[in-house]
Amino acid sequence: MKSFFERLRKDKVGLIGFLGIFIVILIGLLSPFIAPYSPEQMFTEHTMEGPSRQFIFGTDEFGRDIFSRIVYGTQVSLKVGIIAVGIGAGCGLIFGLISGYFQGKVDQVIMRIMDVFFAFPDILLALAIVAVLGPSLTNTMIAIGIVFTPVFTRTVRAAVIAVKENEYITSAVAIGVNPINIILKHITPNILAPFIVQITLALSGAILTEAALSFLGLGIQPPNPSWGVMLDASRTYMEFAPWTILFPAGAIVFTIFCFNLFGDSLRDILDPKMK
Amino acid sequence: MYAYIVRRLLMLVPVLFGVSVFIFVIMRIVPGDVAMTILGTDATPESLRQLREDFGLNLPIYQQYFEWMAGVLTGDFGESMRTGKEVLPDILNRFKLTFELTLISAVISWVIAIPLGIIAAIKRNSKADFGVRLISLLGVSVPNFALATVLILVLALFFSYSPPVGYVGFFADPATNLQIMILPSIVLGTAMAGAVMRMTRSSILEVLRQDFIRTIRAKGARERVVIFQHALRNAMIPILTIIGMQIGTLLGGTVIIEQIFSLPGLGQLVLTAITQRDFTVVQGAVLFIAFVFVLINLLVDLLYSYLDPRITYK
Repeated sequence: MKSFFERLRKDKVGLIGFLGIFIVILIGLLSPFIAPYSPEQMFTEHTMEGPSRQFIFGTDEFGRDIFSRIVYGTQVSLKVGIIAVGIGAGCGLIFGLISGYFQGKVDQVIMRIMDVFFAFPDILLALAIVAVLGPSLTNTMIAIGIVFTPVFTRTVRAAVIAVKENEYITSAVAIGVNPINIILKHITPNILAPFIVQITLALSGAILTEAALSFLGLGIQPPNPSWGVMLDASRTYMEFAPWTILFPAGAIVFTIFCFNLFGDSLRDILDPKMK
Repeated sequence: MYAYIVRRLLMLVPVLFGVSVFIFVIMRIVPGDVAMTILGTDATPESLRQLREDFGLNLPIYQQYFEWMAGVLTGDFGESMRTGKEVLPDILNRFKLTFELTLISAVISWVIAIPLGIIAAIKRNSKADFGVRLISLLGVSVPNFALATVLILVLALFFSYSPPVGYVGFFADPATNLQIMILPSIVLGTAMAGAVMRMTRSSILEVLRQDFIRTIRAKGARERVVIFQHALRNAMIPILTIIGMQIGTLLGGTVIIEQIFSLPGLGQLVLTAITQRDFTVVQGAVLFIAFVFVLINLLVDLLYSYLDPRITYK
């Protein structure tokens, strides 16, 4: 762990990403203290006003403060990112461990089901699931979680198969350790590196997919302050009020960019070949 | 080789079967009465019954599936519940647009990404390398719908230009067609370029470290020969893998981009059908997209052996 932080400290690019994520998380946690107004408060006499002292990112068509909406939108994005990836990573970990450890028929069945999910472009699968569940915050998280399950399953399975070949596992099997104990105590701690990298990359993917679904009107529903919803709503009058589109777009790009910077560095740091 | 292709094609059958079951079941468990959604709340019981009978909605679900599947296998994807149009011809017609969009986007991304990736690898740790890495990371971090909206905004504000509305086929009027397709293709291509650029850089770097490159250099080969004839060709496999994966993302990306640019492609068809709960169209279109997707992945796999003759398929 110590060497991880030392390596991260030396890797300036990764550090920038890490700091960026830290800022985003801080904004999310402290939204009520940072945002000057409620995200749904309407200043009807100030509709579509450009950035000013009172409204630093301007206002939208209902006179809502865009800065406050972006700040609260951070909460939404992080919540979706964390819970959706939690679902995907959790299911993927269970399926991947079972599939990789037991192999044989169980592996065949699990992996063929995952192949079916892999045959869909991500956004299309998410759209189909949301169509069934109905558009809402919770359902968006579930849909994205399901979409991300196959990639986690594959990552974990590959890592388990590699770790399983080690002699300490063979020894554990030989002395009759319970398979569940082998999986939990000996295999899981040794597959964490690729798993954590995948989590970082999936977080940016989940935030992106939420914004895309909301942009299409099938994710989080207005008046919730999602960045995707804000982008979609401002499309009709963006020529007259460009700030309504530029700031939410900037928030999405900044967040995804930081996650990708950090994810990349993490991959380099945790990859034994790079040491 | 042929035996391998046939085996791989046969392996697609269970995947596509799974896709068909998945999409069929998922559309059937959408809450609410689909006949009522289509005909509206003031529909008479008679017309509701008629619609259910016409589309077999009153049959048990397994029977509905088998009837649909029997049709699909004979090239009859059924009719749209909304428009009554035949589904397959509509899909094929719209796929022309989506295919063109995907193809132009892919070409744009290769033209940008491969040369820049090579430059970054050759001039490792230079300013050029840093610039390329920054561009590629931005490429993968900017969502295509955000890029599309900002691009439209910038063109409208600074150049008073708005993208043409409507669609004209390439063979009907190539100039207008390209005018319509270029902006959406740039948006999709840029996102893909980021990923391809990163992969090109890292795989060329990997190859350049190998012994055979040192041997070729020691023999006095010109750097151009080293890079293009030896390094690039050997680095092509991971690049091709990422290209194959990105084509799937492109196909998905068209759902959003076609919506933003009002292009009547396959993505728009799926999205409209999902929101209108047009079962037959969603099932047909999703199955079709999955088929194209898995077929592209197969083609990518087969291309490996062409690029690297050491890879043989048995």
